This record gives sequence, structure tokens and C-alpha cells, in this order.
Amino acid sequence: MATATAPAGSAARKPPKPPFGIRRALAWVFMILVMLASLFPFYWMLRTALSDNNALYAGGDSLLPVQFSWGGFERVFGIQTGQEAIDAGGAGQPIAFWRYLLNSVLVATMVTAGQVFFSAMAAYAFARLRWRHREKVFAVFLAGLMIPAIFTLLPNFVLIKELGLVDTVLGIALPSMLMTPFAVFFLRQFFLGISREVEEAALVEGASKTRIFFRLILPISAAPISTLSILTYITSWNEYFWPLMVSYTDNSRVLTVALGVFKSQKPQAGPDWAGLMAATLVAALPMLLLFLVFARRIVNSIGFSGIK
Amino acid sequence: MATPTTPATTGTAKRARDDTRLALLFILPALIGFLVFLLWPTLRGIYLSFTRFNLLTPARWNGLDNYVRMVQDPVFWNALGVTVYYVVVNIAVQTALALVIAVMMQRLTRRTWLRGMVLTPYLVSNVVAALVFLWILDYQLGIGNKVLELIGMDRIGFLADSAWVIPTIALINVWRHVGYTALLIFAGLQTIPETLYEAGRMDGASELRMLRSITLPLLRPVMAVVLIISVVGSFQVFDTVAIATRGGPVDSSRVLQYYIYEVAFSRFQFGYASAMSVALLVVLMVITFVQYRLTRAGTSDLAGG
Repeated sequence: MATATAPAGSAARKPPKPPFGIRRALAWVFMILVMLASLFPFYWMLRTALSDNNALYAGGDSLLPVQFSWGGFERVFGIQTGQEAIDAGGAGQPIAFWRYLLNSVLVATMVTAGQVFFSAMAAYAFARLRWRHREKVFAVFLAGLMIPAIFTLLPNFVLIKELGLVDTVLGIALPSMLMTPFAVFFLRQFFLGISREVEEAALVEGASKTRIFFRLILPISAAPISTLSILTYITSWNEYFWPLMVSYTDNSRVLTVALGVFKSQKPQAGPDWAGLMAATLVAALPMLLLFLVFARRIVNSIGFSGIK
Repeated sequence: MATPTTPATTGTAKRARDDTRLALLFILPALIGFLVFLLWPTLRGIYLSFTRFNLLTPARWNGLDNYVRMVQDPVFWNALGVTVYYVVVNIAVQTALALVIAVMMQRLTRRTWLRGMVLTPYLVSNVVAALVFLWILDYQLGIGNKVLELIGMDRIGFLADSAWVIPTIALINVWRHVGYTALLIFAGLQTIPETLYEAGRMDGASELRMLRSITLPLLRPVMAVVLIISVVGSFQVFDTVAIATRGGPVDSSRVLQYYIYEVAFSRFQFGYASAMSVALLVVLMVITFVQYRLTRAGTSDLAGG
């Protein structure tokens, strides 16, 4: 391409901030489009959720809610009676929303707490303890990274069935509660970087290595551990395939699976879009709030620190 | 690493240098997790692929029967083709877009809020993404089709037309993942020394020129890793299909993982499903290996100095 820097007065500007030319403006337009595309669907969920479902079918084209109504949310939270819901374009079947929310919270919490804690213990052993075959065992753990998660789902389902844990919250959580190779690898990298001097000092004072792990290593690593926890929580919350296999009833159904079921309970006329979008929004909200609080940490954590 | 051999003077040493016992205790939970839920299922998945197994009666060895059936199963080949088509569209669009976004973020502003906004879709599940686009792209009522009509085009059955369904699903997943990919690439861009750009500017190079001669060559190792991660992830597509199309219309969006799921959970043919899983596993490993070699992931031009 031809001409590079546009304005003539290219002389005195010290900081190399590119001049505000047409290109820079175009770049901003592009970024604004990207942001709009990223965020518009969220607005559309909200707009639809606050619309009256029948009015949507009557062809409401407004960018604002059509015939503002809380009906969608009322159907999600089970406030409307069956007949009311059917009249409003819903399926009329009860939705145990709070139960699904509870299940999602339970699964994500169990997975996060277990996985991060046990992976941290293992990472400590790999980074700081001296034992035979340490590097070999670690290499085997690392090789686990190469197995795509999806491959283990079928056999793990068979296992969970044999353990009698099908359709339980524990059955959903258990396979990822004890470790993932990534978590071990990620934390080991960090533990390796902690200065040994502090540790030696504590050892001289007679602290046991267990004590050092709990009183020294874990507190020092609060930042990466919480980052890992947040990411694990989000991943676990959004999981669909595995809970779909394991859960059959409200007993263990999590929000993602419930959304799929809600979608398939099509009322006569067509999907209850207002209700569906309300449910979608409510299911996504906890993670969006989490993001709002920890945005900086999450955004900055994405990189190659752990992946190598 | 050779661990220092345990000193003979264990008795007198204040504390044994060897922590084997404690270490065993520390890795025990993770080790159980690794053996029971990762290694064992992997081996078992391979074993089951050589059996006939319906989950109710014990698995019976049937040799290569499942693999013979797989090779002769047109639905399998179709599923593989559909999956590859999906991956190509998904990865091509996503990587190109992510690269542009990453470069723009680096050159325009490095503010966190911008990166946060781009990342937002990644925070919701595939299920949520599928549902909201099912609505936006609805043939009759969706805003997408209303806009098309407004600008004088025909409505498109994005998720109901066999020609559109795979590109549409691919783009839905681009929507969810492009921000994440862009941030990965952005992180890679941060490792390129700013002095190179300063030198470039000094020589009067344009932004575009610097992109071609500085950014892209130095970014190659990062791009290789990003590609491997995202291709492997892309091949595992399931959620969006399960929610939005259930493999239809006819077989046009029946991706491999969805077919595997159906064979296992609707027909209870776990043996055959396992065989197809093994095929997918092999494909993924080959791709990882080939991609790693092709892009020479280990070498950066920066190292050549």
C-alpha cells in the first residue's frame, strides 16, 4: 500500500502516537463494530425477556421491549400458574429454576474447590518436595494434557454409572474434582518461582513442610490461585455435554441442561421466546456479575503464562 | 533430573532430605484423579472400541467389527466431513478476526475495558450463545432476518437450511470465542519488543508495513500454539449443534461428536461410539503433531536475532 503517515506536520510530536488519520478512524470504526457485535446479543436477550411473548409473535419490530412485561421472568421463576403461562405463550410446565441454580452452584463450587486445592497440593509436591521419580511422574501428568477432554467422557460415564452416581450432583462434579493436568502445571510453574529463602528460613525455625505449604506457599500464591479458581468456576458453570450425559431429573440438572430442556418444551404456537430469553439471561447472569467484579484479573490472566 | 541419592546418614540427619512419604500424601488425591478419571477412561475407551457393549450386559470382545462398520458407515464419513467443514470455517474466520482485533487493541489502546468487552461473550455458555442466536436468526421473527428484509434481501433460514447451517454454527462459535483468541494473540504481541516498532517508525515504515515485516513473523510461534489449541477445541463441537439443530436438517449439521452421542445414548451402542471416539482422538493427535511441525512452533525469528 502507498502513503503511510498522513499529516504534513510530522515533526515535533514526541510520543510515537500514530497521527489521527483516516486509517486510525477506520480502525476505531472496526473496533466499535466488534464491540457492538459482542454486546448486542446481550441487549437483545434483555429486550426480548422484557417483552410480551404474544406481542413478539404479532410482529413487534421495536428495538425496545415490545409491550413491556415481566411475564418471561415470572415463568422462569414459576410465579405464573400453568394456565397463565400457557395463555402468555409459555409451555405451562413447572420449571424448578431455583433447584437448577442450586445444582449449578454446587457443581461449580465442588469442582473449583476440589480441583484447585488438590492440584495445588500436587503442584507443591512437584515443585518443592524431593522424592524419587518426581520428574517422571510429572511427565506422565503432563502427557494427560494431550488427551482431549471429550475422549474421556463416554468411559467416564460408564464409570460413574458403575459407581451408582448417575443423576447426582457428585457424579457430575467428581471426575474434575481431583485434578486437571493444566491446573497442576499452571500452579507448579508459579510455585517454582517462589523464592526458596523464605522457605529455608521457616524450615530452620522448625516448621514442617506441610505447615510451609499451608502457611507460606498458599498465601503467597493467593493471586494465581484465585485467578485459576475464577476461570475453573466459569468453565464448570458453562459445561453442557458432561452434565447432559449424567443428569436425568431435577435431582442433578444444572442450568445449562435445564435451558436445553426448557427450549425443547415447545408450546403449540412456537417457542416461548420471552421466557426462553429470560431463562438464558438468568442463567448467564452469575458469570456476567463475576466478570464485572473480576474483569481486570480475568482479562489479564489470559495469556501464555500457563500454556507455555 | 537425578534426585540426590538418599544420604546414608539418615539416622543422624536432622531431617531426611527425601520427602517421599509426604510427597505421596500430597499427590495422592491428584494421582487418584489422574488414574481413575483420566488414564483409566482413556485405556478403557480404547478397549471398549473393540467390544460390543450396551451398558446393561458386560462388554463382549468383537475385534475390529466396530472399525469395519465405521469405515462402511456413510453417516460417519458424512459426520467427519461436516466436522472438518465446520472446523475450517470456524478457525479461518476466528483466527483472522482475532488477529485483526489483537493488533488493533495493541495499536489503538491497551485499555482493559476494551479487552473486557470483547471477552464478554466468552463468559456465557455455548448453550446460551446457541439460544440467543437461534432467536436472533429465527426465520420469521428474528431481528437478523428482519434486517435482511429491510435492506432488500431475501430471508435466510440460517439454522434450517442445509447450506447455511454449518457456516452459521461456525459463526455463532466465533462470536463466543473470538475475544478469547484475540486476547491470547494480544498476549503474544506484548512479547514483541517495542524498540522494533520505534526503529520501524524511525525508518518511516507504515503501520501496515510494520505489521507485515515485524508483527507477523515474530508472532508465528504464538499463532502456532493458538491454532493448535483452537483447532483441537473446534473439533469437539457439540453444544451448539445439540441445542440449535440436533444435527439437522437431515444430516447437514450432524458433527462427529453429536453422532457419537446419538449412537451411545439413543442406540446404546457404546462399542461403536467408542470406536468413533478413538478415530476422533487419532485425528486430533495427528493434527496437533502436523501443525506443530508445519508451523515450527519451537522457533521464533526473535531467537534467531
